[in-house]
Amino acid sequence: MSSELPVQRPRNDIEPAEPLDNPGLPEHLPRPTDVDPAMERRAERQISAFFGLATLLTLVFCVAYFVVPKDATFLGWSALNFSLGASLGLALLAIGIGAIQWAKKLMDDHEVIEMRHPVASSEEDRAATLGMLNDGIKESGFGRRPMIRNSLLGALGVLGLPAVVLLGDLGPLPGRTQFSTVWTKGMRVVTDVSGLPIKAADLEVGELVNAEPAILFETDEEGERVLEGTEALQAKSKAAVIVVRIRPEDITAPAGRENWGVDGILCYSKICTHVGCPISLYEQQTHHVLCPCHQSTFDLSDGGSVIFGPGKRPLPQLPLSVDEEGYLIATSDFTEPVGPSFPEIEQES
Amino acid sequence: MSDTKTPTHTPVEQTKFGKRAGGPVKWLDERVGAAGVARGLIRKVFPDHWSFMLGEIALYSFIVLLLSGTFLTFWFQPSMQEITYTGSYTPLYGLEMSQAYASTLDISFDIRGGLLMRQIHHWSAMLFIAAMYVHMLRVFFTGAFRKPRELNWVIGVLLMVLGLIEGFAGYSLPDDLLSGTGLRFVDGLIRSIPIVGSYLEYFVFGGEFPGNEIIPRLYMVHILLVPALLLGLIAAHMLLLVYHKHTQWPGPGRTEKNVVGYPVLPVYAAKAGGFFFVVFGFTALMGAVLQINPIWAYGPYNPSEVTAGSQPDWYMGFVEGAVRLMPNWEFTTLGWTFSLNVFIPAVLLLGAFFTAIGAYPFIERWVTKDDREHHLLQRPRNAPVRTALGVAAMTFYGVLWIGGGNDIIATQFRLDIYAITWFCRVMVFVGPVIAFIITKRICLGLQRADKEQVLHGYESGVIERSPDGGYSERHTPLSEVGQYELTTHERVEVAAPPPAADDRGVRVPGARKARRHAFVSKFYYGDVVDKPSRDDVDEARHHAGHDGHELEADEEFRGVGETGVPRSH
Repeated sequence: MSSELPVQRPRNDIEPAEPLDNPGLPEHLPRPTDVDPAMERRAERQISAFFGLATLLTLVFCVAYFVVPKDATFLGWSALNFSLGASLGLALLAIGIGAIQWAKKLMDDHEVIEMRHPVASSEEDRAATLGMLNDGIKESGFGRRPMIRNSLLGALGVLGLPAVVLLGDLGPLPGRTQFSTVWTKGMRVVTDVSGLPIKAADLEVGELVNAEPAILFETDEEGERVLEGTEALQAKSKAAVIVVRIRPEDITAPAGRENWGVDGILCYSKICTHVGCPISLYEQQTHHVLCPCHQSTFDLSDGGSVIFGPGKRPLPQLPLSVDEEGYLIATSDFTEPVGPSFPEIEQES
Repeated sequence: MSDTKTPTHTPVEQTKFGKRAGGPVKWLDERVGAAGVARGLIRKVFPDHWSFMLGEIALYSFIVLLLSGTFLTFWFQPSMQEITYTGSYTPLYGLEMSQAYASTLDISFDIRGGLLMRQIHHWSAMLFIAAMYVHMLRVFFTGAFRKPRELNWVIGVLLMVLGLIEGFAGYSLPDDLLSGTGLRFVDGLIRSIPIVGSYLEYFVFGGEFPGNEIIPRLYMVHILLVPALLLGLIAAHMLLLVYHKHTQWPGPGRTEKNVVGYPVLPVYAAKAGGFFFVVFGFTALMGAVLQINPIWAYGPYNPSEVTAGSQPDWYMGFVEGAVRLMPNWEFTTLGWTFSLNVFIPAVLLLGAFFTAIGAYPFIERWVTKDDREHHLLQRPRNAPVRTALGVAAMTFYGVLWIGGGNDIIATQFRLDIYAITWFCRVMVFVGPVIAFIITKRICLGLQRADKEQVLHGYESGVIERSPDGGYSERHTPLSEVGQYELTTHERVEVAAPPPAADDRGVRVPGARKARRHAFVSKFYYGDVVDKPSRDDVDEARHHAGHDGHELEADEEFRGVGETGVPRSH
């Protein structure tokens, strides 16, 4: 033991405890590597082997980056991802294991004691700090000149306003945009993938079709989409619908909606009134449709009413009719807002 | 002291390297005074226990996140501009999608090592949050949050909340079908905020959902705002740790006034440094063989599509569960609609849960009125009510988490999804109470067992038959160290309720407050099993001396040791 490290050796100047006295640090027991030079050399070899292995695996990583093709597979995995990840991961593990092994087997393992100091500052420090603080306050006149002080505090307080006001252009104000969708009187109901109009006569009882308003697929004279990109996504996220055909005798239409269907074909918003997931799980026999996100369940034969789950409002219904060619059309926009509730939802314009 | 092994040790300043480095080091020290700082740190002592490395896992996975995340930013395009995909993943070739999604596909298929870094990034994010939770539980159940560490506990809770936000912002970025559904949920959540919901929604999304802005904004939050806050708070967390010095388990030679362990240099530099490589290596291996978030399988976001079994990352599961279990409370008053079905579970509950966790040290301090510094850890059994409260909170979290997976549970176990939901709706209230009672009883039982062992020793495995034919098991006294370790905890005192009025019938001022405190003190400490007194121990020792004669009957079997292993000779 060297003499230039006077601190930190086990000491037994510990307070008595109760009911038994603190017996003090137990005696240090040497490890096999401390007493057996052969074991010590073995541990030394082991640890260097880990570090050597890490070097090797890192080189394997570099070679794999250039050699393994991007589309090759290995046991169903991407061969590139596997070879890069495995070589890098094992190299890092080898470095880590080697270092920990070094600490555990070879480095000095005598426990060291450090004394704690009170966390709080000393009384002198407190007094001195308070004195300096008072000097500062006195010299500034902060306490004696309330007019300056209060006007400064006021000015600084008001400075918070620009920080808030500047955020004004983060987005437009909602206005009445939440109350309407792109559906209009006479717009055709089309299938959501191909955009084909839906013939009322082609729908079978029990069938459910995911549909969209025709405008999402319309193009102008130059062949450009009328609604594109973000605008299309925004329209879709409110206007998506489901069309179902239910035996007319199973339907209990709410008052005023008796003629919203066509021979048992009904159309509802696809956007859940809870938090806006597209509802999609339809149970043909019960006419229940379940939202896969939070399991709000709606009865399509009963005006889209909620029968289970955290959703509150019934699914909004889109009034349907057929055009002269027999295709399904909307007779108006939704008569109530679609999607999740918002604070103004019950406010008339 | 390390030179006991290498008698030829040369002081570093006299080595060849040291002589060369001396100049630059002196230059540096003359400008920043590095030696003064390093002096206090190089041989700083840290105590050793496996549970102290849980926070390290969180710290190291955060470093892995910074490294892998930086790599990802070189290629990721945080833009919602719709483009046509022309990359090498053929099933999606020619499809319209956002640039964010297309660039994530590029990282996964066209950038070598990109998929690996994405998977390392996602796995270490999960590990980061899991490690923070487990670290927090360790600190909670051992009482390591007590004075002077309450502020560090609060910083830890902030780190936890920021970690959740950071994780959520991160997994929303690829703009695939799953993450878009998550954003749709956030849209509904913001709308549910009373009065200002619609305005906040339009401000956050830059207009109607999904808009053009949310991914660039989340990107800024994910790579700048929250990481900067995390870094600052982690720095504060570490500085306080160094200043307070680490807590330690009580034991022979370990007291409130010292810290016993190994110095940073060399042992902790090697162990903790090595452990960083182990954590990094482990996440790299996970990235190599465990697929995570295969966004190419989900497809680009489309607001009219969703997949069954949509689940957030695991750490958001409890919020998801709360939203699923909530009954459909919504009402309108004075023209304003209040969507409590979303607002309570998604906004209020999250806030209340973490506020309660953050406030716990102050609540406990109010109950115990204990104003001393504590650097010795408590075994969970020795704080039965705290431990029971902790397990009750875990049960609450766990039931919500189960609720968040009710659809998966229903399909995997062929159960009725509504029945699972109802079960969770009840259990979220009943479960914590049951957990509290059971945990407290287990703690008290363990305390009694400890007391029993101190006084009467442990079961030796030797059965004796008395002259009248009865059988009994011989007990062997614990070693002195063993006895000491079971009696290091402090005695507790229940605050006695003061009389409401003095003997002349005059109301004692503040009596009601004191009685209230006596009540919570009794709740907290009332059933704690007191440890034996010095007299008890002496008497038991004396008694054992009379009773116990050396075992001589059997040479082959001498009973079992303290660990239950048969003694042999």
